[in-house]
Parts: sequence; C-alpha cells; structure tokens
Amino acid sequence: MNDNLQLNSDGKLKHFLTIEGLDKTLLTEILDIAESFIGMSDQQIKKVPLLRGKTIVNLFFENSTRTRTTFELAAKRLSADVLSMSIATSSTSKGESLLDTIRNLEAMFVDMFVVRHAISGAAHFIAQQTAPHISVINAGDGQHAHPTQAMLDMFTIRQVKPDFSQLRVAIIGDILHSRVARSQIQALNTLGAAEVRVIAPKTLLPAHVESLGVSVSHNLNVGLKDIDVIIMLRLQKERMTSALLPSESEYFKCFGLTEAKLKIAKPDAIVMHPGPINRGVEIDSKVADGKQSVILKQVSNGIAIRMAIMAMAMQTQGAV
Amino acid sequence: MMGHILIEQGRIIDPANKIDRVGSVYITDGKIVSVSEEPAGFEPETIIDAHQQIICPGFIDLSTRLREPGQSRKATFKSETVAAASGGITTLCLQPDTNPVIDTPAVAELIKELAEKAHYPQIYPIAALTQKLEGTELSSMLSLKQAGCIAVGNANQPVRNLLILRRAMEYAASHDLLVMFRPNDYWLGNNGCAHEGAVATRYGLPGIPEEAETIALAQCLELVELTGCRVHFGQLSCKRSVIKIHQAKKYGMNVSADVAIHQLHLTENDMVPFDSAYHVLPPFRTEVDKLYLRQGLASGTLNSICSDHQPHDIDAKLGAFPETEAGVSSLETLLPLMLKLVAENTLTLSQGIAALSANPARVLHINSGALTPGYAADVCVFDPELNWQVDTDNWKSQGLNTPFWGQTFKGRVTHTIQAGRMIYQLG
Repeated sequence: MNDNLQLNSDGKLKHFLTIEGLDKTLLTEILDIAESFIGMSDQQIKKVPLLRGKTIVNLFFENSTRTRTTFELAAKRLSADVLSMSIATSSTSKGESLLDTIRNLEAMFVDMFVVRHAISGAAHFIAQQTAPHISVINAGDGQHAHPTQAMLDMFTIRQVKPDFSQLRVAIIGDILHSRVARSQIQALNTLGAAEVRVIAPKTLLPAHVESLGVSVSHNLNVGLKDIDVIIMLRLQKERMTSALLPSESEYFKCFGLTEAKLKIAKPDAIVMHPGPINRGVEIDSKVADGKQSVILKQVSNGIAIRMAIMAMAMQTQGAV
Repeated sequence: MMGHILIEQGRIIDPANKIDRVGSVYITDGKIVSVSEEPAGFEPETIIDAHQQIICPGFIDLSTRLREPGQSRKATFKSETVAAASGGITTLCLQPDTNPVIDTPAVAELIKELAEKAHYPQIYPIAALTQKLEGTELSSMLSLKQAGCIAVGNANQPVRNLLILRRAMEYAASHDLLVMFRPNDYWLGNNGCAHEGAVATRYGLPGIPEEAETIALAQCLELVELTGCRVHFGQLSCKRSVIKIHQAKKYGMNVSADVAIHQLHLTENDMVPFDSAYHVLPPFRTEVDKLYLRQGLASGTLNSICSDHQPHDIDAKLGAFPETEAGVSSLETLLPLMLKLVAENTLTLSQGIAALSANPARVLHINSGALTPGYAADVCVFDPELNWQVDTDNWKSQGLNTPFWGQTFKGRVTHTIQAGRMIYQLG
C-alpha cells in the first residue's frame, strides 16, 4: 500500500502526512534543504521571502506547545502569514465538525494546513477533503504518524553521525501509543539504518511490531548493547490507570535511562527524546542534561526541518 | 391475484432437493407446483424465458439492517427492499439494533407494517435478547415471538455479564427460540476498529484481537452445553472460530454458524489506508483467516453466508477512520461475490446457492429456501455470464458504502419472485 496521496504526479511532495511511501532520495532532500536553513537562525534577519503572501493555518485539535511554536516560527521565517488555532474537540460528531472547520477556513483562501489531531488518519482525511491547491502537513495524528518530528530526529542524528548504514538505534518506551516511534522507524529504515531496536514491556508494544522492521527486546540491560542512538519516548500517566504498567517507579527501574544504563550502550551514543520529558519516569535528569544528550538540539532543528518541508510542499503548489 | 407463472427452460439448481438440471418451474397462486412435469391445464399468465440462466430458490439473509425505524436518513424499507429484490433475496432477518430497539411487540409489529407497505412482506425481525440491548434485563421473548420475531439476539452489543447471558439462553430455550449470537468480548474488543495485526500497527489504529471473538465464542459454547439453547453464531471472522465450530459440531452440539460475504473476499491487506469503506466489524483479518472461512464453508462447518448489510449515509463514513461508523452496504453484491467463490473453486455452484437459501432456511426452521412443490414460490433467476458494474446507474441501496464500488462483477439477477409475486425484473 503506497501512500501516493502526498506526492504529485512528478513524485514531488504535495502534502506531508507520513514517512511511508517516501523514498531515501526525498528524505535526504528534506534533510539537505533543512541544512541550508540551519545557519539562518544566527543571522540578524532571520527571514527568507520564500512563502511571502501565503497563508498558513496551524490547526491544533490537540494541545502542543513545542510543535506548534516551531511550526509557527518556521512559517514566519519563510515570510508566510500564520494563524494558529487551538480547537477543543467535542465528543460528538467530531468528523463533521472537523470537515466544517476545514471548509470554513478554505473559504478564507488558506494555502496550507498544519494539523494535529488525536485520531489516527485525521491528516489523511483532511488532505483528501481539502481543495487541491491546499497543502496539508501532519503535525501528529493519533497513534499513526508524526513525520516532521521523525525528520528533525533524523536531521539531529545526521549532524552527529552522518552514516546511517553504520547505526544501531534503540527506541525505548511506549511504542504502542507512539506516532513518533512509527514515523522514526519508517524514516530510519528508509535511510538504511543497520538496526532499529524497540525496547519495552509487551504491554507497550503493538501486535506484530516486528512487521515494522524492528528487532525487539524487553530488557533495557540487554537491549542497549552496541547501540549508537538512544531514543526515549514519553510515558503518559494514563498508562498506569489502564493496567498497562503497575507504577512509575517500577517502570523507571526497568526502562528508565540512568547513567549506569547509558554505559551499556556504545561510549559515544547520543540520547534523544521528542519531549516533553518526564524526569525520573523515563529518563534521569543527569542523562537528560548530560553531555551525550542532544534533546535541546532536536528542538532547535525542528524549525529548520519544518521550514524545509513547508517550502517543498508549497513549491509543488506553484508558490516558489 | 398472482395467477400462474412459468419459468421456462433454465438450469434449475435446488440444493435441498438435489436438483441440478435444465427444466421449467411452474408457479400457481404464490406456490411452487412443479419443477418437472407441466401440471395439467397449466396456462401461464407470465412466462419468463430462462434459457442460459439459472433458476434457484430466492435467497435468505440472516443478518440485515434496513435502518427503520429510527435512522431513515441512512436507508428505508423502500430503498433497501428494492436493493434486496435486485439481489435475488426474498427473505430478510432484521437485526434488533433499530431505534427504538426491537424489544417490544409494538416495534415488531411496526416492522411488519413497514414491510407490507414496502410490498416486501418476508421480513423477519430478530428480537432483542435483552431489553434495549443493554445486557441487563431479559426481553419479553415469548411476546416477541408471538409478534413475529423469528429469533432473539443482541446484535453487536455483547452481553458482558455471563450470568445474564446464561439466563437469557435458558429462557430462550424454554420457548424454543433460536439465539443469534455474534461473539464479541466487550473488554478485549477495547473499542478497536481494525484487526490487531501488522496493518493496524502500521497505521496506529486501535486493534481488535481475534480472541475478542474466539473467547466469547468459547464461553457461549459452554453455555449451550449448560442451557441446551439452540444458537446460531453470526458473522464469524477468524480461523480459530471455524475450528471451534467444527469441534462443537463433531461433538454433536446443536449449533450453526455463518460468515458475512465480504469476509470471504477481503483481508487487512486489501484495506486502502484510512478508507472508511473498509471499516467493518468484525474487522477484515488475515489471509489465513479468509482461507479457513472459505474452507469452513466448503466443508459445511459454516452453514451459510449472510450479507450483514449495513447501509450508511455519507456523513457516517466521512471522517478519520476510527471515528466513522462500521459496516458495508452489501445486499447487491451478495450473489456476485458468492459466484466469485465458485469461479475461484472454493465452492460448487450448488454449495454456494445452498449457503444462501436451503441452509439458512434450516437454521431458521422455515419451509423455504427450496423449490419444493407446496412451498411459497421464492425464486431467483440469474444470468451467470452477465457483467455489471457497481455504480450509481445500477446500485439500488441508499447506502453507497461498499469497498467494491466501481468494480465489475459477473452474474446478475434478472428476475426475483417472492411468494409468487414478481418483485424484481432486470430492466
């Protein structure tokens, strides 16, 4: 099942909904274009006129601070007009209100939607329903995908360890509910990583997880061996109340990343986290703030990656 | 009012009477009078030329939703009985999850009225097993039976409390009522919307493990032992359910089972990403499951095929996949998809027709599903070679929600006769 919805007839990016169906060349192009934007943030004038006159609407049906802010900054640095909307979802007739929201905004001559929604497939749905001149960027849909996060993670990895074919990457924690993990796994496999390993208790792994192209471990002490890149995932509190885990403290004991555990991985391993961090739940502060951590670098890189993706998607719409 | 109808020189396939030969069917005053010799003095008012066509019993669907009362924006008796007739279906069993639920004789009578008004009288309501389908209190099963309900069941709502289920089955058994049971454990189902497997994992869709079905099935089989209740298991979706039914039958238990037609053709791998036309419960499972369902049907472990018809309005299917409503509009694809099983050598034509007629009639204990002289003349005549496309020109159901939209099928109904009355003729 290829996801052609996000590519135009020339194979160029029209929407950015998922990593699935995108090839290595395209992912590399995104990283390279982001690279060209990375120096900009240090300059006095932090803007380029690539999307001048374009209107971008951030539609956040789910709360987010970091993702929304970096999307907003990225759009502004491309000289676009940005409107950010936080829309609380009502429990009834979500589908219809979602469509109505989109229709109303379309009528205001919007060029791009950046969408975050709690339901898997919401970004696909909007991309299918929206007018053809509008691009849709998925800023996270349910448990499905968070492709811009995955790309900024790839960007951050490449800055430190440029050759993906040499890399063994461990993703640790709540894989079951994580859209970030799904997109990271697809990106790492597409870019040719030597191994992607997921480490979690069985309750936090989806069925047939190995079909995603990963190896599986339930033990952090064993799983961290030979690892170059460690990606920690956020653990939501509600996992305890839904009987997926007994307690935060037991989770930290088994799967929390401490300085001692970090030593099991390769000595030059880097530590990543999509944020927001639960200190003392999935990661010890000493590791989060330690010299192997690239967590804040991820945040800075988020702007350049999102600039690259927005510029590429708008380019196919005849903007640039 | 009905007079004499002659269906002339077609290939008669009547599995219940072990007939498969070219001949004519004679109908008088709503009943079959002969399938061999011309009755003396027979002067037909209507003659149907069935050369190169197949004449078989009209089909009996054990699981249908016509959406009335309560959801006429999705479909109506008028729209869906036309769809059923054009699909060769002459008897429909309605699931009780209407609004209001079929849990009082008044609703059962309303359904009979709606059926008469739609000129499609052979509609049997399935009464709710528990009041409002809530799984807490028994429905008035005897009164419902007397009001014309053919069986009892809880539709898609699991009875979570096994003590209530036990008592409901005991009470149904006391009145010799068939229980129609779709096995589905509420907790293991966990509000999922797709088969718990590789595809759901890739798309981040909440999964439903096959154990949600097999465990509920196993529990119900134990209660069949305990209560002596006659149970028909509906819309099975996976390999281990087929194995369990096989074992139960081998052990001598009085159970039967069906499968929805689309489960015999589609798997999780056929799903177009986030396309709500594929949102169905139970979900499309794996190739292995499909294979076992097909084999189960061929070996007789599964008795029949149902349409599990669930027409929807456009809005119900418009949204992100998990938020859309489940179900397929499937009356009109029932025959062509059965014929596809024949073309793929899964079933013989006779087996396929039996799974749609003689076998469901046996499940319901009704004198139907066969061309036996004296039976009501429910007859389907179809052209097995005629191609047609699923499109707005041909489609009759108000629900356009089918994953087969746009596809071309081989095999099309030309005439449908219900109790001696022509209710459909291909125009």
